[in-house]
Amino acid sequence: MLLFLAGPIAYCVWIAFTDLQLSGQAESSFVGLENFRTAFDDEGFVNAVWLTLVFTILSSIVGQNTLGLALASLMQRASKTVRTVTGAIVITAWVVPEVVAGFLLYAFFRREGTLNSVLDWLHLPGQNWLYTLPILAVSFANIWRGTAFSMLVYSAALSEIPKEITEAAEVDGAGGWRKLWHVTLPMIRRSIATNLMLNTLQTLSVFGLIWAMTRGGPGDRSQTLPLFMYEQAFKNNLLGYGTAVALLLLLVGALFSLVYMRMLRTEV
Amino acid sequence: MLATALTAVLAATALSACGDSGSDPDTVRVQFKKSTDAKNKIFDREIEAVKKEFEEKFPGKKVELIPVQVPDEQYYTKVQQMLRSPKTAPDLVYEDTFLINSDIAAGLLTPLDDYLKDWKDWGQYIDTAKTAAQGQDGKTYGVPDGTDTRGLWYNKELFAEAGLPTDWQPKTWDDVLDAARTIKRELPGVIPLNVYTGKPAGEASSMQGFEMLLYGTGEDPLYDPGSKKWVAGSQGFTDALDFVHTVYNDGLGPDPQDALDPNVGTKVGTEWLPEGKLAIDLDGSWMSNNWLETGPKPWPEWTEVLGQAAMPTQNGQAPGRVSMSGGWAWSIPAKANNPDLAFEFMKVAQSRKNNTRLTIANGQIAVREDVAADPEYQAYVPGVEFFTGLVEDTHYRPALPVYPQVSTAIQEAMEQVTTGDASAEEAAKGYDEQLDSITDGEVVEK
Repeated sequence: MLLFLAGPIAYCVWIAFTDLQLSGQAESSFVGLENFRTAFDDEGFVNAVWLTLVFTILSSIVGQNTLGLALASLMQRASKTVRTVTGAIVITAWVVPEVVAGFLLYAFFRREGTLNSVLDWLHLPGQNWLYTLPILAVSFANIWRGTAFSMLVYSAALSEIPKEITEAAEVDGAGGWRKLWHVTLPMIRRSIATNLMLNTLQTLSVFGLIWAMTRGGPGDRSQTLPLFMYEQAFKNNLLGYGTAVALLLLLVGALFSLVYMRMLRTEV
Repeated sequence: MLATALTAVLAATALSACGDSGSDPDTVRVQFKKSTDAKNKIFDREIEAVKKEFEEKFPGKKVELIPVQVPDEQYYTKVQQMLRSPKTAPDLVYEDTFLINSDIAAGLLTPLDDYLKDWKDWGQYIDTAKTAAQGQDGKTYGVPDGTDTRGLWYNKELFAEAGLPTDWQPKTWDDVLDAARTIKRELPGVIPLNVYTGKPAGEASSMQGFEMLLYGTGEDPLYDPGSKKWVAGSQGFTDALDFVHTVYNDGLGPDPQDALDPNVGTKVGTEWLPEGKLAIDLDGSWMSNNWLETGPKPWPEWTEVLGQAAMPTQNGQAPGRVSMSGGWAWSIPAKANNPDLAFEFMKVAQSRKNNTRLTIANGQIAVREDVAADPEYQAYVPGVEFFTGLVEDTHYRPALPVYPQVSTAIQEAMEQVTTGDASAEEAAKGYDEQLDSITDGEVVEK
């Protein structure tokens, strides 16, 4: 069992230090840190790191997280019918397979797509979103797809807050914002950290969604690390280099996780 | 995703290690790619017929067919894994000529020259096709069973409206651009000329787009087989980029936003051409598959509406026209257990009769002269005669192990001139720098 789990991981770490190719090579050899050096000199890699950060912060930390919380707190107060309908819609978005979601949003954002039809109807100028603002379009797509998860986490967290505490705060004269800031958020802090960690890790590895919408383009203006890694490993056949990039992506995920873990710890 | 991809590769390694041993001297094991479309059994039927014929011809010998039903890219990986061990290597393998050089470089295939010199049918193969599976050592490692070619598709109705000849045959690049300019002037709203470009269209940009131009500028413009080095700094390269630049900057092509849409290929085949929105398309021989009764966009009138013309060389220099080709070939793995028997099977599979049937079954262009002359072949799809004629002047890609990276670099250079971010000279310079790093400086200036 240990071998089954750890074996492939160890093998991955090993090939990141070799010049292994998918084909065209009689044997591969150990190249030390060469792949990592190449990565940091590679404009494409640096670009992908930036886009990955933009994509993650925008769609996961800001988008899914905030919107999920907002929806959850609105639904606390909403009637049962509204709750059921909203829940169904949001969760459907989550259940749709990644690639299918990618295609749906491609159809939404493309020039002859739904978004521009709506804008046109409102007499607002449309544009080819996938071409002019690709990273924003794919970030929005990820928000659309991933908000359900945050909403579920926060709904559970909010319903755990004892009624007496919120009522007490109201009696003390706390308004909506103060109540949120001083009562609700501290009480659900643990859920926020968990949710952020899961969202971030999931978003860092998003591939199918972006692939279906833009293929990382135009140019490399929406090429996040997973797409860059795919291009190197499976299009350019540089399996060793691609794996090194994957390891670096793992590192980025670990860094985010560390930050969230600290958040969890200071709570107690 | 990353983990999944890597696990898949690892799983492939593990699986291929436990296949059964094929050391029976009376059995020839033949591996081929089975269509992922479960309804498409044409190729399977043909190969079963070949098996039967072989077993009747060689009593006591058996054929074991090893169909691999996976998408193209996975097939390449799977073949790679299987060829590496004598336990799993088949005796005969069907491979894309695009990858064959990688397998030759990795030492996975057997040179066939000794077999071919005693096989009289080899003389039937068109000279260019014989090079389809040639290694850098000049030896032949595969017998192609068919190919594809590329040229210009044009809409005769739109040409007539714009006052252009409906039996159009351009002689130079300028002729092509002139026709496109006329369309733009006379028929606003129609896309004059489509040339695939940029990374989203992938290999279509490199092969149907750029290389169709580049190979019309001179001999061996991408890779120099003499010095075995990649070509940098060639005038032809800049000129080809400049052509793309002109198409997109002068508004002769699709809007760059459409050209850089990952689904542009589908649009060309199912919308732009059938709906009369595109006048000229630089594309492949297979385009009419789109318009079959069973295809994605049935369009029976296409035979009346569309004409075909060869893509001319830059200034009309000899041989006057250019085409690029791919296709699949039969090879014997270096670790095959019964190579002699495998070649016997290949001979049966590639007999005139069977090659004709297989070529038609696969919707390909013939590489044998006797097959090309066969009335059944000539009638199987309109336009086949035209595209078959191009085989004589066609080129195969230098499909060496680094080619996929070179191809990506070409697509990036194309994309820069398409969006207008760089001039042809600047983009060509960027390509040269990338080429230098891809090949570790193994380049030759031309």
